[in-house]
Amino acid sequence: MLSLSKRELDGGSADDRCWTTVYRLPSTVCSFVILAILVASPRLAGTALAQEDEPTDDEVNAIAKGLYCPVCENVPLDVCPTLACKQWRETIREKLALGWTQERIEQYFVDQYGDRVLATPPPRGLNWAVYLIPPALFLVGAAVVAGAIRAWQRPKAELGLRPLGGLGAPQAQDEPLQADDPYLQRLEEELHRRG
Amino acid sequence: MAEAAGTVEQPRPQIRRRVTIAVWAAILGLLILLGFGQIRAQQGPVGIGSRAPEFTLSAFDGKQVSTADLKGQVIVVNFWASWCRPCEQEARELEQAYQMYKDRGVAFLGVDYVDTEREALAYLARFSITYPNGPDLGTRISQAFRIRGVPETYVIGTDGRIVAVQIGPYDSLESVVAHIEMASSR
Repeated sequence: MLSLSKRELDGGSADDRCWTTVYRLPSTVCSFVILAILVASPRLAGTALAQEDEPTDDEVNAIAKGLYCPVCENVPLDVCPTLACKQWRETIREKLALGWTQERIEQYFVDQYGDRVLATPPPRGLNWAVYLIPPALFLVGAAVVAGAIRAWQRPKAELGLRPLGGLGAPQAQDEPLQADDPYLQRLEEELHRRG
Repeated sequence: MAEAAGTVEQPRPQIRRRVTIAVWAAILGLLILLGFGQIRAQQGPVGIGSRAPEFTLSAFDGKQVSTADLKGQVIVVNFWASWCRPCEQEARELEQAYQMYKDRGVAFLGVDYVDTEREALAYLARFSITYPNGPDLGTRISQAFRIRGVPETYVIGTDGRIVAVQIGPYDSLESVVAHIEMASSR
């Protein structure tokens, strides 16, 4: 307002002065503001990009939970509190920021520290045992159980005995034992052989 | 039904016996494998008097250092890591010993165990370590020596056999020197 009064004294229409003053002052400020924005914008943009590119803890842990540090056996990397594991997580973060995929990061850790860092060992060499033995044992177990069930059922079927709680059992099972039953003959032979 | 019972398949003892033998053989094989693994796990580090495992170290500076090329020399192999606080206790002493013996046919090799490169290089710079150091890629070297942790140091004599083992940090320069002298005098 003081400058306006001074300009008013200098002459010229009030409107002119007013416009000049109104426009001149803000235009200077505006140029500074615009300049400042132009100067700062790449930095702001850079900061925003950097924040967007910075992998989150969840992203890091998603990979870390599939890795095990050899120093802390049986503790997944995502929950391991040691300094070594913290450094590993930071390495994952750096690699993610560089745009590496999960597979590439895992391969990097395998190259650096060996297969044993993986929660799931790759199927090669002795590692095959991990994949083959459990299903094989399961199959063997299933076969043993199936054989045992068959063995329990066979005498009933072959001897024609009524099963326990045999309501609704086949009529044939109520028939007396037949002397020419091949099973009975085999049984007799076996008993004779064993004395 | 009676007919079905009469035509029950004959048991095949031969096949059943073979299957039984195969299953027991597989179980026995698995137990032997587990037993060997257990024995190996409980074996402890490579002992004094035994032949030192040969290895090639890919140093941080890009050079390859092979123990096969250092035959006839005393070799000090130190396992360490940047995250290992006890390793810091002996870092300066090892470098001092290296400076004392580097021109006297004693080689020093630092094996960086389960570490990250940036922190490892910072560690080497912090303690001004100048002898060859490199990562234990695939933890192959540490597995060959069957180390239990870090720091561990193995002093290999001129005949390629282990002369001294230090589990944990050296407490003084004298103790490092004593091991090297012991290896040199053989």
